[in-house]
Amino acid sequence: MKSLVGLVSGMLFGVGLALSGMTDPARVRGFLDFFGHWDPTLAFVMGGALAVMSVAWAIQRRIERPLADGRFHLPGTVLIDWRLVAGAALFGIGWGLAGLCPGPAIASLAINPGPAAIFVAAMVAGMGLFRLFDRFGAGQ
Amino acid sequence: MTAHFLPSLLQGAMPLQGVLGGMLIGLAAALMLLGAGRIAGVSGLAARALSLTRGDTPLPLAAAFVFGLPLGALLFQSGAGPIVARYPPTVWLLALGGLLVGFGTRLGSGCTSGHGVCGMARFSRRSLVATLTFIVAGAATVAATNAVGWGWR
Repeated sequence: MKSLVGLVSGMLFGVGLALSGMTDPARVRGFLDFFGHWDPTLAFVMGGALAVMSVAWAIQRRIERPLADGRFHLPGTVLIDWRLVAGAALFGIGWGLAGLCPGPAIASLAINPGPAAIFVAAMVAGMGLFRLFDRFGAGQ
Repeated sequence: MTAHFLPSLLQGAMPLQGVLGGMLIGLAAALMLLGAGRIAGVSGLAARALSLTRGDTPLPLAAAFVFGLPLGALLFQSGAGPIVARYPPTVWLLALGGLLVGFGTRLGSGCTSGHGVCGMARFSRRSLVATLTFIVAGAATVAATNAVGWGWR
């Protein structure tokens, strides 16, 4: 049941990305091009998603448990540390270079398999590198 | 050239499709939260689906979500026709971009979906800081690559 929720959620997410033009890396790069010809489409996408999701959070606060699980599993971290900021900065640089973030990249595997696969393979490699870094070099 | 002198902020943009697609993304994240009790963060779920991270999200749930993404895009394309997609002109931009996105989203515990949509809607200060940081870093990168002639659109 939980996996079905995941599948339907992923599919809705993929349809939303494709409909909103977010599977077009040049359009995403256009949003980040504040000093050139700025493309505000991504701001509309964020606005639409935030509007729906803030209602979902309001509902979440009023119910005891999710439909298909015994309890909520939500991040409770509040610490704003160097990992958060450095990680977001590295992610932003990659996002600006390629015009892709994880959602659109994975969604594009079916519709633009060639370039999307290169990006996703590199992304998985980056996640693997982080795992090594986290284990051996993080200086915990 | 005259286009630059017109009030052309929305020229070439897709505000309606943007809002509608965004609402579908919000609905997807709402379903994940209220159905499975979890954050629909793509980078985290992708890492989990590949066993690249621990965490209590069941592997089948993460894998089903990740599999649903391309399925949804394919479904949309089969109904609406080919989707415009313009990619970077060189493979190394894709590869370097992917590497940084993979490492950065793990280090920063999230990407556009987890921090940008789910966390921001929850008024998480961590997510607000992350989202501002990756937008500023992305904008600086686009400006810098344009300035040195590596820009593309």
